[in-house]
Amino acid sequence: MIRPDAPVLLEIRDLHARVEDKAILKGVNLTIRAGEIHAVMGRNGSGKSTLSKVLAGHPAYTVTGGSVTYRGDNLLELDPEQRARIGVFLGFQYPVEIPGVSNLEFLRVATNARRTEQGHEELDTFAFEDLVRERLKVVQMDPAFLDRSVNEGFSGGEKKRNEILQMALLEPLVAILDETDSGLDIDALRIVAGGVNQLANADNATLLITHYQRLLDAITPDYVHVMAAGRILRTGGKELALELEQRGYDWVDQELAALAAEVA
Amino acid sequence: MVASTSTRQLWVEPWLAALPAPAGELGPVQQRGRAALARTPLPAARAEEWRFTDLSLLAQLPVASVAAAVERPLPAPQPGALRLHWNGREDPLQGVELPAGLQALTPTDLAQGLGHTLAATGCEQHWPVELNQACAERVLALRVASRQRVNLELISAAGEGLQPLRLLLLLEEKAELDLSQLVSAEAAGLHSLVVEVHLARSARLQHGLVAFGRSDAALLAHLAIEQEPESQVSLSQVVAGWGLARLEPRVVQVDGGAHTILRGLQVVDGQQIADTHSQLEFRGPEGQLDQLHKAVAAGQGRSVFNGAVRVPREAQRTNAAQLSRTLLLSDRARIDTKPELEIVADDVKCAHGATVSSLQTDELFYLQSRGIGADQAAGLLQRAFCEEVLRDLPAAARAWCPLERLLEARA
Repeated sequence: MIRPDAPVLLEIRDLHARVEDKAILKGVNLTIRAGEIHAVMGRNGSGKSTLSKVLAGHPAYTVTGGSVTYRGDNLLELDPEQRARIGVFLGFQYPVEIPGVSNLEFLRVATNARRTEQGHEELDTFAFEDLVRERLKVVQMDPAFLDRSVNEGFSGGEKKRNEILQMALLEPLVAILDETDSGLDIDALRIVAGGVNQLANADNATLLITHYQRLLDAITPDYVHVMAAGRILRTGGKELALELEQRGYDWVDQELAALAAEVA
Repeated sequence: MVASTSTRQLWVEPWLAALPAPAGELGPVQQRGRAALARTPLPAARAEEWRFTDLSLLAQLPVASVAAAVERPLPAPQPGALRLHWNGREDPLQGVELPAGLQALTPTDLAQGLGHTLAATGCEQHWPVELNQACAERVLALRVASRQRVNLELISAAGEGLQPLRLLLLLEEKAELDLSQLVSAEAAGLHSLVVEVHLARSARLQHGLVAFGRSDAALLAHLAIEQEPESQVSLSQVVAGWGLARLEPRVVQVDGGAHTILRGLQVVDGQQIADTHSQLEFRGPEGQLDQLHKAVAAGQGRSVFNGAVRVPREAQRTNAAQLSRTLLLSDRARIDTKPELEIVADDVKCAHGATVSSLQTDELFYLQSRGIGADQAAGLLQRAFCEEVLRDLPAAARAWCPLERLLEARA
């Protein structure tokens, strides 16, 4: 939902970042207001996933220029855990398996870290179980998954549902979902997208990173951005995603070549 | 083996001289052990199996023994379990009513059984075993009767000086024993443990040894097990915080066809050394081994693992898997890990592997990205690493909260 007067949650200005010695982001600009759903599309290697990891604070990526403000504060100077606590959430493309750490305990510790930051009381084991059982419904997840180790032996669809469950518990203000649709069959996609739709409201915002139009059939974006060579090349409404689906990404190469020619 | 003269002079000789004359039911064993120690030098680094494990801490230990008690409160015994406090001097069975199915061995049985499994597993002349034999005054010798199930807890506080403990267990056909054993070092000393277990056909043993040390204490433990066919053994050792710990679980499947599960977890920090030399020998076909050894090495700690698996020609269709995993928390810690597979039979499955890694960046980041602080995330991952071994301990040993103590030992 687009409301021009809604508060800006995330403001990315001329963001440059590299991994090891390779420059990946080369001047990303993006403004996200409360209530909005944004989709970033682009080919492999265009910088989409890097953008998500830089926003979450992955240590392998170095910001070399530009700024990111979250509700007016400099996001880039915060540790990853602090970003999560104040309401920035990254849904992983490949959720990490952590054998030996119980999913339930992990979810409880994470939820309490966020609650403490918000000035709420920590939940004890019983109160948390009540909460988590209610939130499981968002992604139609079997409570048996709570007793397993974090993501261990989960199918692709189960891992993604577990990501959305975490989102449902942490109630972020900005949720960045990195290729949440990858590896999902139609049913799992429907459930995961349904979860995202249920959680979206006028106070929060969602940034979907995806390859394919099909996720955007299930979650309607307010804005679609096409990313290439570390920048957002074009921004439009949901019709831009349909255009990409029909025309493919070849026109992106042509525009990039034209840009390069202009610079030269 | 080459003598380490200075350590021997400093420690073994005066200490041997201070022992009372051989006496009691173990008199002949003591004589034998003392004679062996008098002619066998302390193992030194030039002997392959002691290459990485420096025994010089022993020379710093007091000679005179002072008994101790476990200082930390323990949870109540498990329902139906027999808890014995065992210090190697007093008779732990004094005034205790043994549960159905558990009997003390008769002197005749003891004379027949003592040393049998040590010999069968080829360690009766190992220096730590001779040391135990030289000074142990008592042996706790028990039999679990056929088709009976017994749950036993043994609690030992390691006091000052040398504390020898010797245990002999005979499990009759289809007998089942859960044995949880706690060793807690309460002073500077050497804790010497020799365990022999013989399992008759279809018997089952679940043994968990949890040993918490301190930097001025040493643990030398031999766990020798003989398995008849169709018996099952699960042997787990969790050791942390010892200046020096050397564990030698040695299992022989006398006719193959048995199932052995070995689990080990050792934690070292500071200047500590923990060394596990395990050996499993299949003397018949269709034996199974599932072995997982883990180590957490921090500070300048040193962790050694040597896992020998012997599969002679008669041990066809053996199925053995061994994995050694080390979590390296410091770039000054040292790891030596080595599988030692000796396979002559041609129709066998013997898998082995070893990994050494630090905390995984991706795992840490995943936890941090959910609001969990870096230190807490590292703690969760360390706990998870340990948990894989701890969950195989018998219930009583698990209730001793080994995880909290392990993390404390690291703090």
